[in-house]
Amino acid sequence: MMTSNQMDATFAALADSTRRAILVRLASGEASVNELAKPFPMSQPAVSKHLKVLERAGLISVVQDAQRRPRRIQAARLAEANAWLERFRKFWKGSFLRLDDLLEEMKSSEHAAMRRGHRRKGS
Amino acid sequence: MRNTGTLQVTLKSDREVVLKRIFDAPRRMVFEAMTKPELLKRWMGPRGWELVVSEIELRVGGRWRSVLRSPEGKEMAMSGVYREIEAPERIVSTEAYDDYPGTETVNTILLDEANGKTTFTCTILYPSKEVRDLVVGSGMEHGAAECYDRLAEFLLQPEPRSLERGA
Repeated sequence: MMTSNQMDATFAALADSTRRAILVRLASGEASVNELAKPFPMSQPAVSKHLKVLERAGLISVVQDAQRRPRRIQAARLAEANAWLERFRKFWKGSFLRLDDLLEEMKSSEHAAMRRGHRRKGS
Repeated sequence: MRNTGTLQVTLKSDREVVLKRIFDAPRRMVFEAMTKPELLKRWMGPRGWELVVSEIELRVGGRWRSVLRSPEGKEMAMSGVYREIEAPERIVSTEAYDDYPGTETVNTILLDEANGKTTFTCTILYPSKEVRDLVVGSGMEHGAAECYDRLAEFLLQPEPRSLERGA
């Protein structure tokens, strides 16, 4: 389980779109720094800096046994960060699905009222 | 399924959580559904939960109060005060749980309408990072593995400074 400080590091790392894109790439398999740098309009040292942040946050690791030292995603930390938001999300997700139904009902009763010519002007 | 949006939950700062969701209805309806007790009771809480009390005094300085009952029968009471109301686009209110004094949040709801759909954004400002962690993070016991589909969603959330990726 993460401490609050580790969580901060994780979320701070995730708050950047370049780093998220790097994680998405790594989700499909290990990649070297060169490979990771390719899609981005930035220098390799800049990408390396992002990788450092991700590494410190526990979101990726360096595979030491290979020559090119590829980066690998640390899925457990990501999943943990996500789980942190999960209960909250569950509550609202469930509520909003019910709200979708209610809004559909409100729309159809308004349509029905309009067809009957009882349209009331909203303000 | 009818729902048009996936719920996005993001952390905007140390003390803030932002909820974002698109509804397939004009915002005056969403506003109504969020400010009329008889309508709120129809949707607040996931299935199995019940909003047993809903009182709303919809004016600046007016109070609101809700009591939610969980599927296990546990009741949670919360209340607050309306600080700003601009129907049908903006509501700022405070919210605190009766059982947890000192956890008052300031919630800012924005309703943005385009092409008959409404984008709902709620920014919840906690009194401190610790309170935010406590409230949002109390779900740590939930299995982590089940979340992978949402993980992608979480990672791919658009943000204003998002960079255009070529090919």
